[in-house]
Amino acid sequence: MSQRPGKSGRIAGENILHVEQLRVEVRTDRGPGPVLVDNVSFDLRRGEVLGLIGESGAGKSTIGLTTLGYTRGGCYITGGKLDFEGRDIRQMSGAERRALRGPGVAYIAQSAAASFNPSHTLMQQVCEIPVKHGIMSMDDARKEAVKLFRELELPNPDTFGNRYPHQVSGGQLQRAMAAMAMAARPDILVFDEPTTALDVTTQVEVLASFRKLIREHGTAAIYITHDLAVVAQIADHIMVLRHGKMVEYGTSDQILQEPRQEYTQRLVADRAAGHTFRDDVASGALPILAVQNVTASYRSLAKVIDGVSVEVRKGDTVAVVGESGSGKSTLARVIIGLLPREAGDIQFQGQSLPPALANRSKDQLRRIQMIYQMPDVALNPNQTLLEIIGRPVQFYFGRSNAEVRRRVLELLHMMDLPEAFITRRPGELSGGQKQRVGIARALAAEPDLIICDEVTSALDQLVGEEILKLLKKLQDDLGLAYLFITHDLGTVKRIANKVAVMLKGKLVAGGETSKVFAPPYHPYTELLLSSVPEMRSDWLDQVLTGRAKTIAAVRAAQVQLPG
Amino acid sequence: MRLFGHRVTILAMLGMLVIIINLVAAIGAPWIAPFDQAEIVGDAWGDPDTDHVYIPLMGLDNLGRDLFSRLIYGARMSIGLSFIITCISFAIGIITGFTAAVLKGWVDTALSRLVDLLLSMPTLIFAFIILSVLGTELPVLITTIAILDSTKVFRLSRALAMNLAALEYVEVARVRGEGLWWVIRKEILPNAMAPLIAEFGLRFSFAFLFIAALSFLGLGVQPPNADWGSMVRDYRDMINLDSTAPLYPAGAIALLTIGVNFVVDWMLAIHSRSHGDG
Repeated sequence: MSQRPGKSGRIAGENILHVEQLRVEVRTDRGPGPVLVDNVSFDLRRGEVLGLIGESGAGKSTIGLTTLGYTRGGCYITGGKLDFEGRDIRQMSGAERRALRGPGVAYIAQSAAASFNPSHTLMQQVCEIPVKHGIMSMDDARKEAVKLFRELELPNPDTFGNRYPHQVSGGQLQRAMAAMAMAARPDILVFDEPTTALDVTTQVEVLASFRKLIREHGTAAIYITHDLAVVAQIADHIMVLRHGKMVEYGTSDQILQEPRQEYTQRLVADRAAGHTFRDDVASGALPILAVQNVTASYRSLAKVIDGVSVEVRKGDTVAVVGESGSGKSTLARVIIGLLPREAGDIQFQGQSLPPALANRSKDQLRRIQMIYQMPDVALNPNQTLLEIIGRPVQFYFGRSNAEVRRRVLELLHMMDLPEAFITRRPGELSGGQKQRVGIARALAAEPDLIICDEVTSALDQLVGEEILKLLKKLQDDLGLAYLFITHDLGTVKRIANKVAVMLKGKLVAGGETSKVFAPPYHPYTELLLSSVPEMRSDWLDQVLTGRAKTIAAVRAAQVQLPG
Repeated sequence: MRLFGHRVTILAMLGMLVIIINLVAAIGAPWIAPFDQAEIVGDAWGDPDTDHVYIPLMGLDNLGRDLFSRLIYGARMSIGLSFIITCISFAIGIITGFTAAVLKGWVDTALSRLVDLLLSMPTLIFAFIILSVLGTELPVLITTIAILDSTKVFRLSRALAMNLAALEYVEVARVRGEGLWWVIRKEILPNAMAPLIAEFGLRFSFAFLFIAALSFLGLGVQPPNADWGSMVRDYRDMINLDSTAPLYPAGAIALLTIGVNFVVDWMLAIHSRSHGDG
């Protein structure tokens, strides 16, 4: 069973995967559906990393999965060749494909949490593939796993495997998944957006471990991501995909520095745009919103936000940044009253807001609106846009049906959405269009302040860019104030004139963006800023060298924090 | 054939045919049935050769009443009762279940424990006790079964609403300041329809069988009113005497249950298709 051709004689640079004119289509009961991958060809050599990059729907994950001889339900490989070590994966029997997966090609998914069985230890799951395939005995597999844990810089590698998936952090779990994929010594590793769900500071570490793993074992890899700067750190070649077709293929440096196709140029330009500050200072004398020393927690657990103060004036865009668990989304919930504060005060237009939603007046509710991260779940799938956008108009202003309709059309027009959309439901819109509907609904209430909770993070890069431009335009036209909750520091630099940096429920730095994001930094701000991937291939090496010192400084600063 | 813009499957058509026939029978019973349900038309135990007994379509029952007429009147009673009971139990179950899920806290705890209390007793025995004490008039029968049945609807709707209430569009409505009734009716109910429709079909069949069981035990529909369950009870011994009489009401119960389920399946298939992946 362990006999796999070519395994014994691994020669670096030898061609291992040959993909030629690959075509993947959806087939439904009612005939052929859309083409997901169209005429894609590439070669992968041992020790080489190929980056697949594109927006959602570009077909990058579909290509990644075909190398395992797998397609999602309803999708079929309808054309082309997929040669793995000279054998066509399309011609393989079911048993041959099973033998391929694991020892031949291994897959690392975006969500490690969903890919581990919560009722087995990590060790059991890492050892399963090599033992099942008869490559190693259980004892050898265990030793091998500990070795991999050590290579991936996981804490306490000897005992790490005894833990269950919920007992380790997200970044550790992602690395454990790499160990699981590597356990059977595959020829090709397929990484499918493995760092997308991680915080920036964790992403740096995980990315560094992945790169080390690939380099030390000389494994070929396909690295799928939507972030050009991430792929630049790890890939030798990059293929840019769009709508299932190849846009451009080249070495990483060539794609980053001299992209030839217009689409790639736009991607590169947009990604690199995050370096200019917005430094206008809002004019409003009185703050619209003043959060003063607010503390809140869920039930009786530890404080989720602790003594936080933030001020928003008319025309301001205040960004609240921090990693997951920093309490930034909780702050939004406290401001809108979903989670009543325990201490401190929130002043809105000079008046203290009641802590709980139920005690606030209709007018107080109207003046603060929110836009959500996931437009899919923020819009009721059973309502038309007329109902979704029209309801606040009717609810707050008590207008007649004809007036509501006129106002909805006006808002659709402001969002650059066609008027005919008024009868559509969210399911018939794209992600970017849905987010525009979310903005229109917020505007329908004619608020003073809009809280934007990670509004672009579920969208593709270029679509998110459009949304940010729209928000900026609306601010200029209507004098809105935004409280912008995000983990994307590139966005912050461009759109926010003020910023509040949160760490574990506390505010560590705050003020004008141009001052907070310039030396002398708070050590945590410096760590965050340095962790944002940059568009050059030597970025990761540079970051790793200075990193230990910054982390030590953060630890030291944290001790000094009150409480 | 298409209905409301959707293609109708063969099974759904069969189911609809069964339901339509039953509905026509139920509504038009006094005009369709050749005799009244209580009218004795002949001597069931007489000798056909000597007594010149009139033998209608399905024969006579044990008291000499026309079986076919009773079956038609039985449809009226059984279907009408189950439908009313299921509607009431859904109204109670959905409103309480959604309220518990949206308000949470002590409201949820109180309602849930009350339902636990009702569920902890075997339904049939519970109904038995209430009907013995309060009598077997139709309003009592309807209320009792509807309340007992609503506990199951409560469980389902609470679970459905719990998931939906956590979604952001429900949060948006609450933050907007909408009242409980709006949240339940506009934000949660439309998105919980698919499983609720399936449950309605099932519950209808169960209510139907439950009445049949109660009638069979003598606590349901009282004579001389005909309903399919009590007909099975009344005629069950006749099967020993080489009579097919109990098979007709039993078959009618089975046929309608299956018919309803065919249609429910079809409606569910439509519902899951039109949504897409959003």
